[in-house]
Amino acid sequence: MSLLSVSDLRGGYGPVRVLHGLGFEVNAGEIVVILGANGSGKTSTIRAISGMLQATGSVRLHDEEILGKNPEAIARRRVAHVPQGRGTFPELTVEENLRVGAFSRKDSAVDEDIDRWLTTFPRLRERRTQLAGSMSGGEQQMLAISRALMMNPVLLLLDEPSLGLAPLVTQELFQKLAQLNRETYIAMLIVEQNANLALKTATRGYVLEAGEIVATGTSEELASNDEVRKAYLGMA
Amino acid sequence: MRRVIRIVASLVVVALLLLIPQVVGESINALWAQAVYIAVAAMGLNILTGYNGQISIGHGAFYGIGAYTSAILMENSGWQFLPTIPVVVGVALVAGAAFGFPALRLKGLYLALITLGLAAVFPDLINRFASKYGTGGTSLIQPPRVLAPGWADSFADFDDQYRYYMALTIAIVMAVLAANLVRGRYGRALVAVRDHESAASVLGINVARVKVSAFALSAAYAAVAGSLSVLIEGSANAGKIEVFQQSILFLVAVVIGGTATVAGPMVGAVIVVFVQDFAKDLIDDQPVLSPAIFGLVLIVMMYLLPDGLVGGARRLISRVLAKPEVGQPAIPDVSTH
Repeated sequence: MSLLSVSDLRGGYGPVRVLHGLGFEVNAGEIVVILGANGSGKTSTIRAISGMLQATGSVRLHDEEILGKNPEAIARRRVAHVPQGRGTFPELTVEENLRVGAFSRKDSAVDEDIDRWLTTFPRLRERRTQLAGSMSGGEQQMLAISRALMMNPVLLLLDEPSLGLAPLVTQELFQKLAQLNRETYIAMLIVEQNANLALKTATRGYVLEAGEIVATGTSEELASNDEVRKAYLGMA
Repeated sequence: MRRVIRIVASLVVVALLLLIPQVVGESINALWAQAVYIAVAAMGLNILTGYNGQISIGHGAFYGIGAYTSAILMENSGWQFLPTIPVVVGVALVAGAAFGFPALRLKGLYLALITLGLAAVFPDLINRFASKYGTGGTSLIQPPRVLAPGWADSFADFDDQYRYYMALTIAIVMAVLAANLVRGRYGRALVAVRDHESAASVLGINVARVKVSAFALSAAYAAVAGSLSVLIEGSANAGKIEVFQQSILFLVAVVIGGTATVAGPMVGAVIVVFVQDFAKDLIDDQPVLSPAIFGLVLIVMMYLLPDGLVGGARRLISRVLAKPEVGQPAIPDVSTH
């Protein structure tokens, strides 16, 4: 049984349909990437999973149907969404941002976890009492990920984490994600345009075009697929 | 360390506020008493507008609800003043939540406009309802005054002084509650929802609940301020102009003092009360000009201190204290909201 199983997902914005019945799976401990160009429905897919987009079909987490539940209810099931453009709270400090991540937790290990993620991301520790809005894009992305980790997630949804970041920063970010996955076994679903790095990090992948899955395979298979190479890796 | 400084500073301010009736004359004391209840309303509005980003130009209505609830209970049911407060809080929480639900669909200018409507409708409603209690068929209600009891002789020679202390005590309780609220988990949720609603919701924050509760809480604060105004001024009244004026005055107090700061609304309340009074007597025989002078002072203050007095003071302090390190920009530390 897979951790997350999506099938026949359809949805959009008002009369505009964006998702045309797509399906995919994420297994426990896996990093899965969905590649797609602008407007292919990457963000919509992620938003449908976390309850922010009205959709039909099926989204099952641990074999429980979560489609149609509101975002809070899905967050309580420990599905953590790192939104596109990071969505950190600029007027809160780094530490306060992390505490908001623990909002729906009732256990007493919150302080421990803050310390844990500040150790994973040492740059954030330096900036602990600084306002999130005063940090660089890369630092804010690290903060958004740590904040999501504060939810103790079983599944991390990352919406174009590389967006607006310098190549070196992006590289560091993906290394961190791989390291996190190795150490914590938290499953990740990454939607990306940056196919090169994403395929190096992920175990498996899907290619999304105009709201439909058009190709799937292991990262190696996709990286050697001619269509993928042409469309996303800039190679003929 | 910061916490210790904060507590010491608060105690000093409280001590000074306790001394006021002993050292100033009756008319100045009356202004301080006015500042105390306006500060309570501003604290509440700050929760809504400052921390949660929902603008209201209609809190004069909730203030009126509080004033009338206290006044009618005292005048017609023979209640003492203090027991009316819990009732006022209850009524206002319900009224605030009732208004907060439709407000969920509105933001920014639209919300401001709708709350303005609240301020416009309220006097008509209250006139219809309260004229059966008021003097001579009007909505003016003057309940029996609260008088200083015998045991208060040692610190309050006059009833005015006693009433000031009573209002101040309630205001301090409200201020401590507000400070704890905004510095904790709820306060972070308020700011999270204000700055990034969808990010807040995927982190498990129930956005609707936060917004409606902020409305309800701020309404309760405004209503308690209204009750305190009955205690201090001896009457409840809801002229169309007054409800507008109060609504805007609260907002001005929040903005001048500094939005989303704990001390801001209190400082702002003192400023608006005293500047208004100063403007009143500035030009002999020209009381018409006083609102213009008040407005001018506000414009100058906002120009010089765009983030309010408390915000400005904070920037100044952090600039003085900042020890810029290599590779680390001197960012004003505003971590202690």
